[in-house]
Formats: sequence, C-alpha cells, structure tokens
Amino acid sequence: MRFEGSKTYVATDDLKLAVNAAITLQRPLLIKGEPGTGKTLLAEEVAASLGLELMQWHIKSTTKAQQGLYEYDAVSRLRDSQLGEARVKDIANYIVKGVLWQAFEADKPVVLLIDEIDKADIEFPNDLLREIDRMEFYCYETKQLIKAKHRPIVIITSNNEKELPDAFLRRCFFHYIQFPDKATMESIVAVHFKNLKKELLDAAMASFFGIRALPGLKKKPTTSELIDWLRLLLAEDIPASALQAKDGKDAIPPMHGALLKNEQDIELFNRLVFMARQGR
Amino acid sequence: MLLDFFFQLRDAKIPVTVREYLTLLEGMKAQFMTPSLDNFYHLSRLTLVKDERFFDRFDQVFGNYFKGLEKNMDLFAQLPKDWLEKRFNREFTPEEMAAIEAMGGLDKLMERLKELLKEQKERHEGGSKWIGSGGTSPFGNNGYNPEGVRIGQDESRNRRAVKVWDQRLYQDYDDELEIGTRNIKIALRRLRRFAREGAQEELDLDNTIESTARNAGWLDLKMRPERHNSVKVLMLLDVGGSMDDHIRRTEELFSAAKSEFKHLEFYYFHNCVYDFLWKKNHRRHSERFQTTDILRTYNSDYRLIFVGDATMSPYEILQPGGSVEYNNKEAGAVWLRRFLDRFPKAVWLNPEPEGLWQYRQSVEILQNIMEHRMHPLTVGGLETAMRYLSK
Repeated sequence: MRFEGSKTYVATDDLKLAVNAAITLQRPLLIKGEPGTGKTLLAEEVAASLGLELMQWHIKSTTKAQQGLYEYDAVSRLRDSQLGEARVKDIANYIVKGVLWQAFEADKPVVLLIDEIDKADIEFPNDLLREIDRMEFYCYETKQLIKAKHRPIVIITSNNEKELPDAFLRRCFFHYIQFPDKATMESIVAVHFKNLKKELLDAAMASFFGIRALPGLKKKPTTSELIDWLRLLLAEDIPASALQAKDGKDAIPPMHGALLKNEQDIELFNRLVFMARQGR
Repeated sequence: MLLDFFFQLRDAKIPVTVREYLTLLEGMKAQFMTPSLDNFYHLSRLTLVKDERFFDRFDQVFGNYFKGLEKNMDLFAQLPKDWLEKRFNREFTPEEMAAIEAMGGLDKLMERLKELLKEQKERHEGGSKWIGSGGTSPFGNNGYNPEGVRIGQDESRNRRAVKVWDQRLYQDYDDELEIGTRNIKIALRRLRRFAREGAQEELDLDNTIESTARNAGWLDLKMRPERHNSVKVLMLLDVGGSMDDHIRRTEELFSAAKSEFKHLEFYYFHNCVYDFLWKKNHRRHSERFQTTDILRTYNSDYRLIFVGDATMSPYEILQPGGSVEYNNKEAGAVWLRRFLDRFPKAVWLNPEPEGLWQYRQSVEILQNIMEHRMHPLTVGGLETAMRYLSK
C-alpha cells in the first residue's frame, strides 16, 4: 500500500513520505498545521486513494476515551429491569460499540481518523496509550479481549490548543503541514478550478499572499478561504485588473470579506491601505 | 554514526528517546522510500521530533551534523547515465530538449558536469557556473537554465533548492524552554477552575437515589453538567533591559502555563505598559499591537498576569513621556489602571527576590497601583497569586 496523493488533493513529498512511513511501520500519524491546510481532508484522501473504508471519531471537549472503545448503557438496563424485559439477562445487549471497536473488528484494514484530539481533556490521549500501541483493549463487562484483526491506519489531527502528553507523542509519528508555498498553492488551485485565467490567478495570488504577510492579523486567510474567494470572483466575473490598481499596489481587493473573517482584521487592513495611500 | 546524531539532538534539548531512535532505524530498514538525504531528513524528523517548537533546533543540528557528509558524497557515482537519460526523456518538454541540443547535446552536458564536479569543492548557492542551488548554471537544483540538471532531489517536485533544514522555517515556533519546572506546574494547576458548565452529561448518583426514593422506588434519573477547564489567561511579559536576568525564569513559567488553560494569550512590554505591546520580541518595532485594541479584544473574564521585575525609574510609571523607548503621551500608571479596570482579576509576578523589593521605589509604586497583588516568582508566591485568581 502506497499513498501518492490524488487528483483532488495535492500532497507534498514530505507529507507523502510521512503517510507511507505510518503505513509501513504501522504507527499512528499525528498531523498538525495551520487551519485550512487540509489536515482532516488528508484522512479522507488516504482512505479514498487506497480504497479503504474511513472511520471517523470527532473529538469534542466532553469526549471520553472510553466512548471510543465501548459504552455500557447501564441506565437503560436498569430501566429495562424495572419493566421486566427479557433482554436484561445478557449484558452484551447493553454494550454499545465505539469507533475503535468497530475499526478493530473490521474484516479489512481501515483508515481511522481521530479528529482534533486537542479538544478533549488533557488526560484523554493518556487513556488511549495501550489501545493505540497494542491495538487491543479489554471489555470488562463481557470479559473479552478485543484485538485488532488488521491494524488500522490511524491519522490523528490536532489544532495545537493543548499540549499532548509525551508518552502519547512517543508512540506517534509527527508531521507538521507547512502553509503551502506559491508553487504548491498554484497546483492546489488548479485542482479546484480547471480553466482559471492566468492573469486573474496571478493577481489573486499576489493579493492573497500580500494579505497573509500583513503583520498583526488575528486570523490569516487560509487555502479554503482562497478557494472560496476565487469562486466568488469567478461567479461575479471580476476581471484581473480590478484586483490591482494602476500603480500595481494597495488596491482593496473586491470581496475581501471572504478572506478576512474578523472585523478587527478588516479594520486593520483598511487602515494599512489608507496609510499606504496617504504616504504617496 | 547515527548515535552521535542522536546524542547531539539530546544535547540541543530536543526530547528524543531510545524508543524513537529505534523506530527511526526500523524505518530505514523498511526501505519504503528512495534513499536520499532529503528523505532521510523527513523520516528522521517524522520519527524523532514530536513538536514543531523543536523543528528549528532539529534543523540546526541536522545541518551541522550532515554538512561534512554531504560534501563527501560522490554525486556522480550515484547517477548512472542511462537513468539520467530516461529522466531527460520524461521530464523535459520538446522545446527544452531542443535547447539541450543547442548546448551540444546530452553527452556534452554530462562531460561538463563531470569537469565541474572535479573542480568544485565547496557547497554552492547562486552564481552561474558552479553546481549548487539557485543561479543559472545548467547543473544543480532550481536553476533558470532550461538545460538544468536536477541533482540530488530526484523525486522532489517542490523545487526547494536550498536544503529544507537550511531555511529555518520553524524559527517562530520555538519557545525555547523545556518544562523542567514541575513545582511551578503544580502551582499553576490551582488556576484550573472547574466551573460547572456545559451539557447535561454525568449521572448524579446521590441525587438520583434520593429522588428515586422520593418517587416511591420508580427510577428518577438526575444528571449534572460535566466539568471542564474554562480558565482564560492573558499574560504580559516584561522583556529587555533590567529584565534580561529573569527572562529564563519567566519563560519557565510561560511554558509551564501553556498546557493548563483554555485560552492563553501573551504579549510583551518593556518595563511598563504604554500605547503598544508586541507578540514577537525580535519584531518589536515592526509588529506592534495597540494596547487599546487588546483592552477591547479580551473579555473581562480573562485573568491578567503581569510578569516583570518592576524595576525602573519612577518617572517611567508616573510621568507622561517617561518611557525609555519613545515619547508616550500618557503615563504608564494610566495604562496600568486601564488594564486593572478592564481585568479585575489581575496579579503581578516579580522574579526578583522579595528581599530586594524594599530598596526599589518603583516596586512600591506598582504595589500601590496593583493593590498589593505583586507576588514573588516562587512556588509560595504563585500559590498566593493563583488562589486569588481562581476565586
């Protein structure tokens, strides 16, 4: 099994190497990077290009590690017992399988995405050490050992909101998705827009990287925002010349609201453009 | 040989362990990639480094360690001719092929390459003759010459001629300090206020038993909200000048704090707060933030922590124009009061030993402004400060 990127997803060489290392050496791959660099998308693309099923576990601040393994629905068992139902006798009726359990018992290897692991409590990754490492866990209620039939390809994403424990990190491979450089960005745009005029693309890229380079932005525009913005520009049929003033500098790009999503950033941006004009 | 590399990484305070080293060896044994220095760089970073903070330090160690090695590599021995020709046919457009013919054909190009390889001793960037990166020579990476021969980066399409580790892309991520300070971390844990908020989640057993009993034995479930950490912290750190002695301890505090809070924002100032603060010390003149913006941005439920030695001339606090950096219109004290009005929960942590405070007039002034919420940067002082903040 080898991941080589796909028609709809531009993977840089180091990212491909990271994924292939994770597949070959059977380690979980931890992905970090700026928002909008395609962390979550990576798992979908890996699954699609290898022809494997994708199982997703989206982590919230209230998620517990146990929920990924299984949950014992004691409350409904208690309720059933009061109503005298027959199924109460078998505890297995009240074990709800979690994503990890499903991934472990799948007949084919699957891609398992643990999305935004940093959202959970700080102890969450520690509770998954053995499961991630040995790919097995014990279900105490039914007294059975759940062991992976095939080791799933585990991809974990993090937005860096919390630090992950060292013991957990030691068991993972770590890759940081760098914000794409201009050439990579052009190929990403080419994937999304088949017939984009060269001059519009050049002008749009110039404004985009110009805005990203502004000091002090609260939220820098990312790939997905660039794509949205280009879509808008195309829908409104805006010519490339509208993106650049005659002297080639500091025009306010049309519909910059698609790029800057925060009123402080827009204010800062307008102020800078205004100052640049006054300076002339 | 790699063991040396491993220990150099450890010397650079990158937390690599034996287990990770063995994983790297396993990865090299598995041979799933073409052996090249670039790929080795990526594989070793993937397996050994687990935080982008350490990438910059890793790049430096890697660069140092492999500088000698790269020079000794006999590139030409590794490039068999028919392989090159195959690549030429695959990679070049017909126009480029014609351009190569113009130079005298492939054979001539290869001869010239051989000569140059003999002549060239050092690693090279730019220029129009030597093999290296950039420039217009036909050989090396990233050239503008259509006849260019791409060496060393056989599989790469990202066209980065400068070695990735030489670019120091990750400099900004380094916050330069390991958490070696368990005691501070423990004290900071005090700050984690477990507010009862969030979705109905947990079964409240005591309450359930009680109300089931009241309900004549019929089950009556009671839930209670899940606990989670909701403390937000805004840190303002004094850098430069008389503070430099204490920067190490301040950063210890900072790196310990990072994992404990829901939100942690930090800004730098020099001696006292005025119109501007900044986020990156080396860009303090180009990337400044208006203090008024900061006061507006963060809610008053943020806990404010100043860290500084509070040692300066009294004018810097009390007089307009007293700043050592520029002419400030309003006195530092005015700005301080604005902060305290906005963030009622505020403390000042002072890394200077408490015994010295009485000799400094500015400490006394600040103590008054802070209403005696200045504490020394010791575990005891932190305990007191955190207890106040978590009230």
